[in-house]
Amino acid sequence: MSKFKKGGKRPTGSISTASLPDIVFMLLFFFMVATVLRTEDEKVQVTRPEASELYKIEKKHLIRYINIGTPMDKRYGSEPVIQLNDQFSQAVEVQDWILKERQTLSESEQSKMWVSLKVDQETKMGIVTSVKQELRQASALKVLYSATSRARTGTEE
Amino acid sequence: MARRELQEINAGSMADIAFLLLIFWLVTTTIESDMGIKRQLPPPVPPDIDVPQAKEQNVFNVKVNFLDMLLVEGQPLDIQELKNKAKSFLIATGDGVMTHQIGTEEIGKNRDVILFTGANGKTNAAFPEREWVRKSDVKMKIAEYEQIVLIAEEKNKDAFRKVLKSWQEKLTTINLLGGDYKQLPASALISMQNDNNTTYNTYLQVQNELQSAVNELRDELALSKFGVSYRELEEVYGKNKQDKTTLEKITAVRALYPQRISEAEPRDAGATYY
Repeated sequence: MSKFKKGGKRPTGSISTASLPDIVFMLLFFFMVATVLRTEDEKVQVTRPEASELYKIEKKHLIRYINIGTPMDKRYGSEPVIQLNDQFSQAVEVQDWILKERQTLSESEQSKMWVSLKVDQETKMGIVTSVKQELRQASALKVLYSATSRARTGTEE
Repeated sequence: MARRELQEINAGSMADIAFLLLIFWLVTTTIESDMGIKRQLPPPVPPDIDVPQAKEQNVFNVKVNFLDMLLVEGQPLDIQELKNKAKSFLIATGDGVMTHQIGTEEIGKNRDVILFTGANGKTNAAFPEREWVRKSDVKMKIAEYEQIVLIAEEKNKDAFRKVLKSWQEKLTTINLLGGDYKQLPASALISMQNDNNTTYNTYLQVQNELQSAVNELRDELALSKFGVSYRELEEVYGKNKQDKTTLEKITAVRALYPQRISEAEPRDAGATYY
């Protein structure tokens, strides 16, 4: 008469996977909330240049974008154009646009606005310089030359 | 009739469905990466004001022509060499010695610097002259301005306090670096000028190399003095703006290697240079 059973293996009950969907759904919702969706579509073709000394701006809501490149739609020609929000614009319209965009920020943050210049790498500087001059006139002095990252040159030191 | 037992619906495949949704989402959304080179544009200059010209030896001139070729200090240069040339400008002492000192310790010494004479007759020796910031002088200045702040009129006090604060910062910098240091003259700057037909890529590469020169020197100094790179210091400070000691370290590094990359006023069309 033994109190303990020997040898007899109990079948292990399968682990309930019922909560797995919940976990995955939570992940899904997290990503959906965390990713910022683009609200405007790009109308110009921009291949950003590569650079190594990059900074990331943490507060994305302070950034406004100016795209410069050749139009995606070939009907608009093949010369570089400026895209503000959703439409093609002239350099002279940049000032008004800046003033309007500044109004969308709260008063304390208006001076912290960044302008990110997304410029195609083949663009000639003439159009970029005229945009920059307009930005200066509008006192939007903080600019970010958007680029993709690469390693520093000559990092043997 | 016998009641049938209610069977549990197998939820195992729900996970698969949710995973599919998750992966679909991950693939379709492009995460916006806003990385770029930060620049502060100069404020607009009223047309009737003459901009004072800096001493020529205090300016490191970089020009880019319409063929994307570089002219650095009056000489054609390959873009790969730009960074080292800019570095030698930033560490030069002006007396022909390609090192500069903190106390008696030399920093930035083991560097290949080729002495060259530019087309304008400038040699490396004619690079900006760093001025000594000595502890005894700084202490005297602090004492002086403390007195001035005390007796100044109320409306001027803030201005004097600012000056006092800048001297106090210099003192903490000396203490942090462990000795007197040499600072670049206020007018020393790296100036870049480009043609309207320069491609944007070249423009950005030049900006990047110049920035890289400053960053590398700063990193080097911060690593040797504080054991962390300058970038890390900035990150730490960015996370916690109350962090006084990190801010002091940042100020110290900036005192030695200020970032003064300026873009010249655009030239009128037709003015091209080779």
